[in-house]
Amino acid sequence: MKKLLKYVIVDIVQNKIVLIYTLLLLIISMSVFNLENNTAKGLLSLLNIILIIVPLICIIFSTIYIYNSSEFIELLVSQPLKRRTIWLSIFSGLASSLSFAFFIGAGIPILLYHADATGFMMIAMGLFLTIVFVSIAMLAAGLTRDKAKGIGLSILLWLYFSLIFDALVLFFLFQFQDYPLERAMVVCSFLNPIDLGRIQILLQMDISALMGYTGAVFRDFFGNSTGITLSFIGLLTWIIFPLIISLKKFKAKDL
Amino acid sequence: MIVAKNITKQFGKLKALDNVSVTFSKGECIALLGPNGCGKTTLIKSLLGMVVPDSGSIHFNNELITNKWMYRSQVGYMPQIGRYPENMTIAHVIDMMKDIRKGIDKDPDEELVKSFGLKDLLQKKMRTLSGGTTQKVSAALAFMFHPDVLILDEPTAGLDPLASEKLKQKIIKEKEKGKLVLITSHILSELDDLITEVFYMQEGKLLFHKKLVELKEETGEAKLSKAIAKIMITQEAEL
Repeated sequence: MKKLLKYVIVDIVQNKIVLIYTLLLLIISMSVFNLENNTAKGLLSLLNIILIIVPLICIIFSTIYIYNSSEFIELLVSQPLKRRTIWLSIFSGLASSLSFAFFIGAGIPILLYHADATGFMMIAMGLFLTIVFVSIAMLAAGLTRDKAKGIGLSILLWLYFSLIFDALVLFFLFQFQDYPLERAMVVCSFLNPIDLGRIQILLQMDISALMGYTGAVFRDFFGNSTGITLSFIGLLTWIIFPLIISLKKFKAKDL
Repeated sequence: MIVAKNITKQFGKLKALDNVSVTFSKGECIALLGPNGCGKTTLIKSLLGMVVPDSGSIHFNNELITNKWMYRSQVGYMPQIGRYPENMTIAHVIDMMKDIRKGIDKDPDEELVKSFGLKDLLQKKMRTLSGGTTQKVSAALAFMFHPDVLILDEPTAGLDPLASEKLKQKIIKEKEKGKLVLITSHILSELDDLITEVFYMQEGKLLFHKKLVELKEETGEAKLSKAIAKIMITQEAEL
């Protein structure tokens, strides 16, 4: 496992995209923090950028990387290696290098300008979202052999999690606005890792008061340590579940 | 050494392997023959665990290979079309392979790396190599770790005459060490002095599996190519 991981990471680093991604994050976070005098405002702007860009880059880059490594995978499968080891090495390589990129690009500026509980939560959520979307990319790439289809699928998944899901929830809310749906919303938020991340960070920022009664319910549920633990478990499930399904698919794949 | 029982593999509507049973034993050099698309490569890939058969079982040294992986350390595989990570140099690929087998084989056999002149090309990236050079890398890797079983899929396709002669000598050398060698090839004339058995497939089915000597006796031909041609003609006549 360690041996393969080394080769995967070297290969990803040689591919300049991860470096560019790190620089991009670094430029964005530095400029956001320097644009405003109030670092809390800067953090809020950074939140929205992170919730859009991090999942997008992670899922697209990982999907394309997996398809481009098909030769590498083919070569390894004929060697004395477990398929599990091969697949998990690629996952860990992608997850660790993209997490590292996020930490350098966004984590360090946050620590420099806003090193408090909110900042830490934001870094934690950014890292979680990175790994979740690498895992979803593994699933998208494992489901189909066709590269175009696989990349299309991962773009759709990203669209779903960042736009369509929220639209559906809003639609649902307006249709049933006569009913008390606050608790249903709490359950709903577990269906989308991006929402889980967003809620946790917003709660840390103490602006949930602006969200009315729903905000209060969220605060009540997610605001304490049980809620934080539950949402961490939720995010972990989002990492493990797609990965296990993709691993099963890969084990039965013909190369 | 390798025993396959009733393996069947279907790709969509195409039956690539149809109830094939076979026993390959040590010290033999077996030619897998048959027209294009008859399932030779699928059979080879099933033996390597790269293709998972729909049904049937494959045993390697009396051990079922499903979900096993250690047995592959005793197999040297040379693919028909070697596909390698494009950004790696030859040296990288070789080092990686050695690294993967660290602890399994401490003294890699680099005879082919030397005789193919790959030493001068070590720093070249895989994507810049010609088809023939890629084949040389595949061959060198297949023989590198003293495998008990060599599986060579069209080994000489794309190699220049000199290189293919060197490869042939190497195959003979390994065969004499008592290893099992499986070769597919369409160039029958070069198989004559290599092989001991012929395994003939057609449309995913095993047509016959015979000793070369028997085959030559039955057909009354001295050359493998003529013997096979004779069989193919009688086949067509029957259809």
